[in-house]
Amino acid sequence: MKNKQLALVIDLNVCVGCHACVTSCKEWNTQGSAGPLTDLHAYGENPTGTFFNRVQTYETGSFPNTQTIHFPKSCLHCEEPPCVPVCPTGASYKRAEDGIVLVDYDKCIGCKYCSWACPYGARELDEERQVMTKCTLCVDRIYSETLPEAERKPACVMACPTSARIFGDVHDPESEASKTIANRGGYALMPEWETIPANHYLPRSITETIAAVKEEN
Amino acid sequence: MFNPFSSKPVHDPIHKISPIDEVKKTTCYMCACRCGIRAHLRDGELVYIDGNPEHPLNQGVICAKGSSGIMKQKSPARITQPLLRKKGSDRGAGEFEVIDWETAFGILTERLAKIRATDPKKFALFTGRDQMQALTGLFARQFGTPNYAAHGGFCSVNMAAGMIYTIGGSFWEFGGPDLDHAKLFIMIGTAEDHHSNPMKIALSKFKRAGGRFISINPVRTGYSAIADEWIPIKPGTDGALFMALMHQLIANQQYDAPFLERYTNSGQLVCLDPGPEEGLFLFDPNFDPLNPNLPHNKYVWDLQTNSAQPCYQENVRPALTGEFTMGLGPHAGKRVAPAFELLRRQVKDCTPEWASAITGISAKRICKLADEIGHAAFQQEFSLPIPWTDTWGKTHDSVVGRPVAFHAMRGLSAHSNGFQTVRGLAVLMSLLGTIDRPGGFRHKAPFPRQPNVKPPSCNSDIKPNTPLGKPPLGWPTQPEDLSLNEDGAPLRIDKAFSWEHPLAIHGLMHNVITNAVKGDPYSIDTLMIFMANMSWNSTMNTTEVRTLLNTKGDDGEFKIPFLVVCDAFQSEMVNFADLVLPDTTYLERHDVMSMLDRPISEFDGPVDSVRIPVLPPTGNCKPFQEVIVELASRLKFPAFTTADGQRKFSGYTDFIVNYQTDLVDGIGFLAGWRGKNGEKSLRGEPNPNQWDEYAKNNCVFHYQMPIEHQYMRNWNHSYLKFAKENALRKDNDPIMINIYSDILQKFRLAAKGSRPGRTPPAHLKERILRYFDPLPFWYAPLEEEVTNLNEFPLNAITQRPMAMYHSWDSQNAWLRQIHSHNYLFINTKTAQEHQIEDGAWMWVESQWGKVKCMARHSEAVDPGTVWTWNAIGKAESAWSLDPNANESKKGFLLNHLISEELPFGEFRVSNSDPITGQAGWYDVRVKILSADDQTTSSETWPQFKAYTVPGMIALKQES
Repeated sequence: MKNKQLALVIDLNVCVGCHACVTSCKEWNTQGSAGPLTDLHAYGENPTGTFFNRVQTYETGSFPNTQTIHFPKSCLHCEEPPCVPVCPTGASYKRAEDGIVLVDYDKCIGCKYCSWACPYGARELDEERQVMTKCTLCVDRIYSETLPEAERKPACVMACPTSARIFGDVHDPESEASKTIANRGGYALMPEWETIPANHYLPRSITETIAAVKEEN
Repeated sequence: MFNPFSSKPVHDPIHKISPIDEVKKTTCYMCACRCGIRAHLRDGELVYIDGNPEHPLNQGVICAKGSSGIMKQKSPARITQPLLRKKGSDRGAGEFEVIDWETAFGILTERLAKIRATDPKKFALFTGRDQMQALTGLFARQFGTPNYAAHGGFCSVNMAAGMIYTIGGSFWEFGGPDLDHAKLFIMIGTAEDHHSNPMKIALSKFKRAGGRFISINPVRTGYSAIADEWIPIKPGTDGALFMALMHQLIANQQYDAPFLERYTNSGQLVCLDPGPEEGLFLFDPNFDPLNPNLPHNKYVWDLQTNSAQPCYQENVRPALTGEFTMGLGPHAGKRVAPAFELLRRQVKDCTPEWASAITGISAKRICKLADEIGHAAFQQEFSLPIPWTDTWGKTHDSVVGRPVAFHAMRGLSAHSNGFQTVRGLAVLMSLLGTIDRPGGFRHKAPFPRQPNVKPPSCNSDIKPNTPLGKPPLGWPTQPEDLSLNEDGAPLRIDKAFSWEHPLAIHGLMHNVITNAVKGDPYSIDTLMIFMANMSWNSTMNTTEVRTLLNTKGDDGEFKIPFLVVCDAFQSEMVNFADLVLPDTTYLERHDVMSMLDRPISEFDGPVDSVRIPVLPPTGNCKPFQEVIVELASRLKFPAFTTADGQRKFSGYTDFIVNYQTDLVDGIGFLAGWRGKNGEKSLRGEPNPNQWDEYAKNNCVFHYQMPIEHQYMRNWNHSYLKFAKENALRKDNDPIMINIYSDILQKFRLAAKGSRPGRTPPAHLKERILRYFDPLPFWYAPLEEEVTNLNEFPLNAITQRPMAMYHSWDSQNAWLRQIHSHNYLFINTKTAQEHQIEDGAWMWVESQWGKVKCMARHSEAVDPGTVWTWNAIGKAESAWSLDPNANESKKGFLLNHLISEELPFGEFRVSNSDPITGQAGWYDVRVKILSADDQTTSSETWPQFKAYTVPGMIALKQES
């Protein structure tokens, strides 16, 4: 039996790029065990800061056949995470019990080697704390003993207005996450890097013109 | 002990820091969606905000803005002290001294009392937020001034007016698409802000259930990204598309004839003979009008007896087409036609080819769209087994569903042709038989409603020391309802409800400053602005308005003698005030989303909600509603004063519990837990514990109506009774859909001179004749008539991003890490034709002004359109941002390109819709060129300065 591997499944078919996942993550984690998340030049020129999750919006194709794609990206909690073996201090580690990849801030020396190794750009240096930071899958929420059970999920999953983020064990074929991947053709990002990312994406699908009109044309 | 060779983590990722010890529920106000939220506190400090899973509106979700509420609370742009401008300093220079509240109240009470005792209309109160109008409107009415409105006039009044005058409801707060049952959903001209989370929830569910989503928009961003199909369209041409769709549907017999016959005025007979009745319905003197304002006693042509019969008869088959002559009776010999016949003639030439040339959408695609819509409506018809009785006594054992739904917003309204465009959409939706039916459009309480209240209509309606007999804002249905004094000049400072803007139901806030300074129609004394940034992006011609605010007359006095600004944040407008009143944030106060206002109702019933303070007010901030209640009490307004002259309400919360409207007993601001013990809903005696009940119930009250009341409400007998009994409506007559608007025709006849009663001034006759068409039609925006379209070939529009909201609000440390400045998005080919590279500095120019900014190539925009994000660009140092902040150096507004007036022969008219006064933001035409000095350019142009004012929270130390 495979070990538990918690992960997120992100549905690109309903993500509208609202950034709820981005700021609800920042908000939860800056006050929690993983925080604080730095804000640099908060009210000045070129504001920047630490986020564990970002949404980028891409265009493909050319007018008028343009597709606009909102693409959230955070640490994919790879099954073979390249960021772990390269870490000189052992700060970068993958938990055996649930597969979450984490940074131990007390061991991290901010050398950034892990961010070179990660092909997804999921690792950021927190400029103020000088340690590497990344998505923790809200490990402090999922193991919380005070949150109501239905809320022991990552902040981004609770926040997402289009329910585009599904959380669960991708090694358990009965989990919602696994079923969705199977039913909707969920895919891994850049499989050629052989990182076996645990996070998956659900592709876009187009609901075509209704049959009657199709025939006429 | 720390073992350096251990692989065990040292930092515990789950470690229990001091727990979150308190969770308070309230309502968000990062935008006007008003989701239910939970504020989590640790040792009294706000540390986390999330959605409340038990709230019906957002069901636990929260957006980027709501999640960032903490940084708004902590914003260094907060103003915390009442301020008075230093004598002798310029407005806009930001030189203030701190005063206390007692002084502020003293100044205001003295000045306002004087105005109220002499000439009440010299006090103007304009608020940026529409959702507090129940109280601010009451204040203005009790004061006795007609000069009151919120911001709808420059935002989306066309959406409200165009639809409410047609079907008795509109989108967003008033109603919306039923995506639970729809199969085809068409979203037109919509960004994200109206409306936000509930639309996201519904859209996701809809897509997952296999629904097909089409987005019609010049730009493909936001929601449009997940559309199954994007149909690019030229801005301001959607009306032509709707006309062509109606043409197709009528030509293909794809309209719901039984629905039109029974529930709309399609069959009602319109007089065709020239004269005072031309284009008006004929009335049967033998039948009860039911509602004297909107009489029902009209005729239809019965095809069975080939004669005119009173409408609403059961055994009659009304004709929808043809032309007839009235038989014996009071109208003998008159030529008439059913309203639908006139619509049919109106769209006859509106072919897909005609619309294609205007919209840029191929004729083939327009035909296909009409077929898709028709197919969804008629081939996918279904019914729900819900019995109901109509207003004429007939019982139905089910409700028909036609699963094609629409949603539209500012992309349609913010044009000078918006009203007729929106009417076109509303008529299209009615032809399809989708009004208040499953899978189509559904109303939200207190709607459906029809025009009934009227604004003041003559000088004598305004008296010193007397509340207005009529509310400041209303719904004119004829020229006699206009707000004019005896010589025909406008009664209101913004000229709303004048011949220039007859149906300006939301006022024209964007005209106030210009009109007041010009003294046209008259000058005022005091202008009080709440939560609105009139000297920044809520104004056209920003530069000019800023100059006007500082303009003095020959007597050395400012043209607007006294300017009061109430805000929580140092927006650009604050700098221009004489008196600044610091408001609290939404986390620091009580608030009410009232049924008397624009609540957050669901399709299935009324919903109202409150805010309860999570944190104490910062510094010396005072909630604006408390200020209003305090002023009203000091000025001894009758509604705020007991019979023996004492103050009636101790403050806002007391007012909310104990105030009852004049019209009907037992109706107050909050509908939940009324009655002495909180046992009554919607109507009942004040309950002293009402606020506690809301606090215990997620700050929300949701009244779910029985299923028999949830559909066909315009004509649903028991719903109409319920609505009247609970004061959702004043009357209970059916709200017939106006395919044809005789209201507009009355104004047209006045312009023609063939109608007794008020007539427009000579220079406006042609204009009213042209635009007050009783049927929808498309015309090119007014701006185009005064623009050289060869020199300025491109359209320029804006929209709000999902992760930012408004300029009257505040910057936000987190949100500005997502959007700190904006670019002008240009179609790649268009940019290349102008030698403008991606990221390069460029100029965008209209005939009124020019702006320097940076370019961004995009394939997701129609080649004839350029666009940018609204409300990102700021003045230097606004909101306490660093002088070098990207918002001012790299951000920009398009407003400088837009004129608030257009030349009109030898006159000037407002750059707005001739029917409602809606500001024509998206009509402007521009040209683009590369900037010469690519390497030396480092900032946008024009640049403005704002100033820090005393009492602002100290900036965080920069790291």
